[in-house]
Amino acid sequence: MTINPALILILGAIPIPLLRGPFRASYLLILPLIGLGFAFSLEPGLHWSVNIMNYDLELLRIDRLSQVFSYIFFFAAFLGNLYTLKDDDPVQQIATQVYAGSAIGAVYAGDLITLFVFWELTAVSSVFLIWARRTERSYQAGMRFLIIQVGSGVLLLGGLILLVRDTGSIAFDFLGVTSPGTALIFVAFGIKCAFPLLHNWLQDAYPEATVGGTVILSVFTTKLAVYALARGYAGTEMLIWIGATMTAFPIFYAVIENDLRRVLSYSLNNQLGFMVVGIGIGTEMSVNGTVAHAFTHILYKALLFMSMGAVLLRTGTIKGSELGGLYKTMPLTAAFCLVGAASISAFPLFSGFISKSLILTAAADEGRWLTWGVLLFASAGVFHHSGIKIPFFAFFAHDSGRRVKEAPWNMLLAMSIAATLCVGIGVWPQPLYNILPFPLDFNPYTTPHVINQLQLLFFSGLAFTWLMRTGYYPPEMPSVNLDCDVVYRKLLPRLARQFFAKFEALDQLTRRLALECIQRLITGIFRRTGPQGVLTRTVTVGAMVLWVIVLLGVYLVLYLI
Amino acid sequence: MSDDRKYWLDDRQNITKVVWGLVILCGILFVADAFYDKHPHFIAETYFGFFGIFGFVVCVGLVLTAKVMRILLKRGEDYYDD
Repeated sequence: MTINPALILILGAIPIPLLRGPFRASYLLILPLIGLGFAFSLEPGLHWSVNIMNYDLELLRIDRLSQVFSYIFFFAAFLGNLYTLKDDDPVQQIATQVYAGSAIGAVYAGDLITLFVFWELTAVSSVFLIWARRTERSYQAGMRFLIIQVGSGVLLLGGLILLVRDTGSIAFDFLGVTSPGTALIFVAFGIKCAFPLLHNWLQDAYPEATVGGTVILSVFTTKLAVYALARGYAGTEMLIWIGATMTAFPIFYAVIENDLRRVLSYSLNNQLGFMVVGIGIGTEMSVNGTVAHAFTHILYKALLFMSMGAVLLRTGTIKGSELGGLYKTMPLTAAFCLVGAASISAFPLFSGFISKSLILTAAADEGRWLTWGVLLFASAGVFHHSGIKIPFFAFFAHDSGRRVKEAPWNMLLAMSIAATLCVGIGVWPQPLYNILPFPLDFNPYTTPHVINQLQLLFFSGLAFTWLMRTGYYPPEMPSVNLDCDVVYRKLLPRLARQFFAKFEALDQLTRRLALECIQRLITGIFRRTGPQGVLTRTVTVGAMVLWVIVLLGVYLVLYLI
Repeated sequence: MSDDRKYWLDDRQNITKVVWGLVILCGILFVADAFYDKHPHFIAETYFGFFGIFGFVVCVGLVLTAKVMRILLKRGEDYYDD
């Protein structure tokens, strides 16, 4: 039997509290790399089958789709551990290993029961990265996050049960929205993938996690959902417009959001949209695009969150309205942030360009002009809010006067590795193209493609500059913007309070009337059957004897007569 | 670390230089449309400078729409703190 590399991380978390100082640090760096080594060594096929209660569980399915996700997940776990190396917080470190390991376990799952188990394990383990911040605010956000994530798992289980009843199969292959069971599973995946209106847990919870926690969270949960959708629902038409909506609407929020890690969460949502569109189109080119985009996205998004984490660590705030001018004392962090910004904006020679191009080309090849147009709009928009806004308001803009230290060495090292890969993949995409699920012959660096992309980006930059110079650009200000979490954070509690307030009065009245009725009934019964009641009055023995004598006397008198 | 160190970007004139650099770059990219063969999927792509104009217009639209949205959606920072 082959070792499941996911278990290396999950079980590898056990000794963490026993290790101290440099031993723990080295251990945390080596652990994901050992897992990655095992992941590389696995040949395609089913490696670990277990029969439990007549169900064949496939714990280790290796194919090209699961392989590429497992590689990047292991590598991201390594980067995350490096970034958080100086945090002496075993809770967070254990949570990270279990969370990453269970996401990888879910990717390896060949059946829906195994998928469900790891799906829930990611939910339960990841919430500790939010709670590790140890504030009331993060506790509340973590609770909301946990309820929604576990809810997704419950839907998955419900769908699984219906599916087994209908087909008898638990295999996790192509499902399609064809029955109530598969529809439920689709929604379960959709919640974790932050579909429109199911999305808000992401922007609510991620910015409330610890400095390193947000980096780690940004990698696994949503990309696991992308993997699951690509496996189960490729070519589902509905995903095209769901994905297109996802690319477009979060960017409006990103423009007016003040918390820069929340801005990145909105742009994470927008990037997921590109991947979902790729799955919806369902051609080999588009699914390749989705997988490639997930791969590059994990790196540049983690890089962006790392740079903002460093800013939060050093300044104690991440609000755009309180930052600015940090490039003066954090030049390396600023430079790495710019690399991440160029990558997410898909500048030629950066990683986002070589992956997003696949999805846009696939949409265009299929003649889907509306989808293509929305994606183009979203591409310009993402440059606007992630490419420009994030570095601009944190590191440039008006000088906040803050003169903080550069990020610690381990954070800089993690950022430099991620940044090198962002550029490396952008310049030399072929190695990534070689590990995609389907064979691919694609050259992103054609003259029209490069020029068109540069035109789109530079003119977007020009628009930003013009709006800034003329004062039309909305300033960063301390605020909260209503998103659909207002429904369950404000509206429903208020309705519930109103309902209970009204209900309480009604309840009091009903209780009082009922008590009165019961009281009257008891009084009535008491009058008739109490100690003085006609029916139950007690009579003394003496009186009885007297009456017997009287009766006997009457009897005697009658007899004599 | 000293606070009074002057950086190149502290000078407003230099910022103006950066802006003009961007304008010139955009100009070059716009004109570049005349010098290569396009392989369009859609008619819109054949219009001269389509990607540049599209990028500019949608970004201005995006920001102005977001500005209007802010009027409707903006609340105080403690909105959710009961």
